[in-house]
Amino acid sequence: MSLLEVDNLSVTYRIASGDVLAVRGVSLSLEAGEALGIVGESGSGKSTLAMAMLRLLPKDARTEGRILLGGEDVLAMKWGRLRAVRWAEASIVFQGAQHGLNPVQRIGDQIAEPLLVHKLATPEKARARVVELLEQVGLPAWRARSYPHEVSGGQRQRVMIAMALACEPQLIIADEPTTALDLMVQAQVLALIKDLIASRGISLLMISHDLSVLADTCDRLAVMYAGRVVEAGPSSGTFRHPYSQALAAAFPTVGDPTSRLAPQGLGGDPPDPQRLPSGCVFHPRCPVALDTCSTVDIDLRPAGDRRTAACVLVLEESC
Amino acid sequence: MLAATDLRVEFASRGRPAARAVDGVNLAVGAGEIVALVGESGCGKTTLARTLLGLERPTAGTVSYDGTPLSYRARALKAYRREVQLVLQDPMGSLNPRQTVYEAVAEGPRIHGLPDEEKVVAEALSRAGLRPPERFFLRYPHELSGGQRQRVVIAGALALDPKVLIADEPVASLDASVRGEILALLLRLRDDLGLSALVVTHDLGLAWNIADRVAVMYLGRIVESGPTEEILRAPQHPYTQALLSVLPESPERIVLTGEPPDPTRIPTGCRFHPRCQVVAAGNVIAPTCQTTLLPVLPAIPEPQSACHLTI
Repeated sequence: MSLLEVDNLSVTYRIASGDVLAVRGVSLSLEAGEALGIVGESGSGKSTLAMAMLRLLPKDARTEGRILLGGEDVLAMKWGRLRAVRWAEASIVFQGAQHGLNPVQRIGDQIAEPLLVHKLATPEKARARVVELLEQVGLPAWRARSYPHEVSGGQRQRVMIAMALACEPQLIIADEPTTALDLMVQAQVLALIKDLIASRGISLLMISHDLSVLADTCDRLAVMYAGRVVEAGPSSGTFRHPYSQALAAAFPTVGDPTSRLAPQGLGGDPPDPQRLPSGCVFHPRCPVALDTCSTVDIDLRPAGDRRTAACVLVLEESC
Repeated sequence: MLAATDLRVEFASRGRPAARAVDGVNLAVGAGEIVALVGESGCGKTTLARTLLGLERPTAGTVSYDGTPLSYRARALKAYRREVQLVLQDPMGSLNPRQTVYEAVAEGPRIHGLPDEEKVVAEALSRAGLRPPERFFLRYPHELSGGQRQRVVIAGALALDPKVLIADEPVASLDASVRGEILALLLRLRDDLGLSALVVTHDLGLAWNIADRVAVMYLGRIVESGPTEEILRAPQHPYTQALLSVLPESPERIVLTGEPPDPTRIPTGCRFHPRCQVVAAGNVIAPTCQTTLLPVLPAIPEPQSACHLTI
C-alpha cells in the first residue's frame, strides 16, 4: 500500500465571477521513503494541491476525489482525527519562511508547540527534544532562545523544517522550501532535506516552480499545467511532453553551448483557469501542436520508462 | 562606456561601524556589451547598480559615462538618466496599479519634454514586444500577465532611447517559461539598437544565457571577472567555483558553510577566507589568506581573480 494515494482530485474555488478550476482530476501516489516533486508555474494549481492534502484550503474551495494517507481517507476524516494527523503523520513546510514563524515567540517554543499540543511530550521532555531537533537541522542549541528576526532566512527555513520533524511524521509536504533563499543557502537546505529523507525513511512531497531543484532532490517528478498533471516519471529520464521539454529548456545548463546566448522560452502565457482553451489546454502555446489538438483532449498515456505523458504525439509513437 | 573607478559606498549607522556595501570596485561596460554582475544577497550588487545610476553617491571613487565623471547636479543627472536607464525587478511593485500602460511609459518622455509623445510610446511598446502597441495603451497592470508587465517596465526604459540599461534581477519574479522570452528581448535590443546592459543577478544560468562578460561580487568587491565562457567554464576563484558547484548539473558539490558575513565587519586579509573551502582543506598557507590584503581588480576584459592562489 502506498503511503499517500491521490485519486482523481479536483479543487474548485467559488468566487464572485464564477468557478475557478484550480486542480482538475489529479492522481498520484507516493511510497514510503520516496520523494516526489511537483513542478509547475504560478497558477498551475500546485500549491492548491499541496494544501488539499491536509485540508488546509479556505472555505470557498470545493474538493472532490479521494486522498488516502496511510489508507485513511483524509476528506472523510472527522475534525478531531484531522487535527491528530496534521503534524503527527504529515506536516507541511510552507513557502516563505519569513512569514511562517510567529515574530514574538522564541524559536524553541514554536518548535515545541506541536509536541505539546499533541501531548507527545511533557514540557521538560519537549525542551530536550527541541535541542535534538535543532541539532538535526544544523543549528546550535542556544538558538532555541532566539526570536525569528534574530536569525537569517536560511536559518528560519531550518527552524521550519525542525518544526515539521518534531512529531516524527511519515510524510513531509514542502511547498517551495528554498524559494527566496540564496544559491548557497538553498544548497545547504536541500542537502539537509535529502539527508533527512535518506536517514529517517520519511516520504517527501516537494512542490516548486524550479525544475532543477526538484530534479536534484526527488526520485520522481510530476509536471503540472493548468490544474492537471501533464507528465509524470522518473526524474532522471527525458521529458516527452512539449510543455515539460520547454520548462526544462528554460533552465540552461551552464557550460552547454546550445544555450549560450540563446535563452529558451515559450510564447504566450499560462491560461486563465476561468477560460480554459478547448481540447488540449496547452495547444495555444505548443510548438508542435497538430490540428486535432484544439478539439481532442488527451489523458495521461504510457510513454515508456515508467513514464506517462498527456500528449497526442506520445500516444501515436507508442501505439 | 559606463565605468566605475575605485568605487566605494559606505552607509554610516549610529553606534556601529559603517557598512562598506561597495568596497573598492572597478567595472566597465563597453558599447553594445552585456555584463552580468553576479552575487548573493547582501554582496553589494544592488548598491553598486544604484551608484552607477547616480541614485547613490559614492563615498570615494568615480562613476563615469563616455569618459566624463558623473556630476551630481540636478540638471546633469537628469540628462544622464536619459542615457542610462533602470529596469527594476518585480514589475507588480514598480508599476503604479492605477496608471494605464500608456501613462506608465509616457512618464519619462513627459519629464524630458520629448515631442510626439504618442509615437514615442507606441515605438517603445512595440520594441519591447507588445504588439500592436495601441491595444495595450489603455490597459492596467492587473490586466496583464507577469511577462507583459515586465515588458511594460522595459518599454518605459526604452522610451527615452537610452544607450545603457541597468537591469536588477529582470526575470527573478517571472515564471520559467516566460523568463526565456524576456532574456531573448534583452539580446535582441542589443543586436538591433546596440544597447549596452548591466544585468544584476544571482542566477548563473541567466549570465550564461545572455552575458558577454561576468563579474562575480563577494562582500563589496569583485572577486573574479572576465568573458562568460572562461569564467563559468573554468572559474579560478574558490568562491566562483563553489557557486558553480551547487548548480544541479554539477558533478561535485562544494557547499560553503555559513552565510555571507556582515559588511560592517569585513574579515582581514582575503575577505573570503573564513568561508573558503581551499583554506578549510588546509591546501594553502592560511596566514597569507588571513592577513595579506588583496589588490582591487582593475577594469579589464581579460579573465582575472582576486585570490592569493592565482596572484
